[in-house]
Amino acid sequence: MRSSTKRWMLTLTLAAMASGCVTINIYFPAAAAEAAADRIIDEVWQLRESAPAAPQARPNGEAQ
Amino acid sequence: MNVIHLIRITLAAMLLGVSLYAVAQGNLEINTPQISALQSSMQQRHAQLAPLYGAGAIGLARDGTVALRDASSVPMAQRGQVNALIAAENADRAALYREIARANGHPEWEADVRRTFAQRWIDRAQPGWWVETGSGWTRK
Repeated sequence: MRSSTKRWMLTLTLAAMASGCVTINIYFPAAAAEAAADRIIDEVWQLRESAPAAPQARPNGEAQ
Repeated sequence: MNVIHLIRITLAAMLLGVSLYAVAQGNLEINTPQISALQSSMQQRHAQLAPLYGAGAIGLARDGTVALRDASSVPMAQRGQVNALIAAENADRAALYREIARANGHPEWEADVRRTFAQRWIDRAQPGWWVETGSGWTRK
């Protein structure tokens, strides 16, 4: 009797853990991804930090 | 006693699930050496790409890549170079999307990451740049 209760609780525990994992796996954090994309785009396009490297500063800019 | 202990474990497991869910919602990891390297490579290339965006020669495609839009606006002699720039940029972008998904422990998110970026590149494109929408190319 006691051992069956124990087993039942263990099953519940495992089920709770598994469902937690499934939730995390399925869910794509769209808002966080958008924020991450914006941070990277700021960097790549030099939108946030003052852009000291103006296109003219590149001597080979014309050659491209 | 044992049952109480197990209930505690159950609750702890649920709590862990909830907190991981919250973490997943909060932030994506983008501070890895690979991602930083791709970022600075793209940043350097952007100095060469920017005039091409402005001229309409290239545009931001719906699939998160850069695409040759109007080859005729590029002098014949420079087309090879422009194509090489586009290829290099798209290789970096593909690697970036893959690395972000991987850095967050979910390689299967790559397509979602790409879709998110595609939308943000287009939303944040500067006036005069060409972007691809559902109905074709338009100038911002």
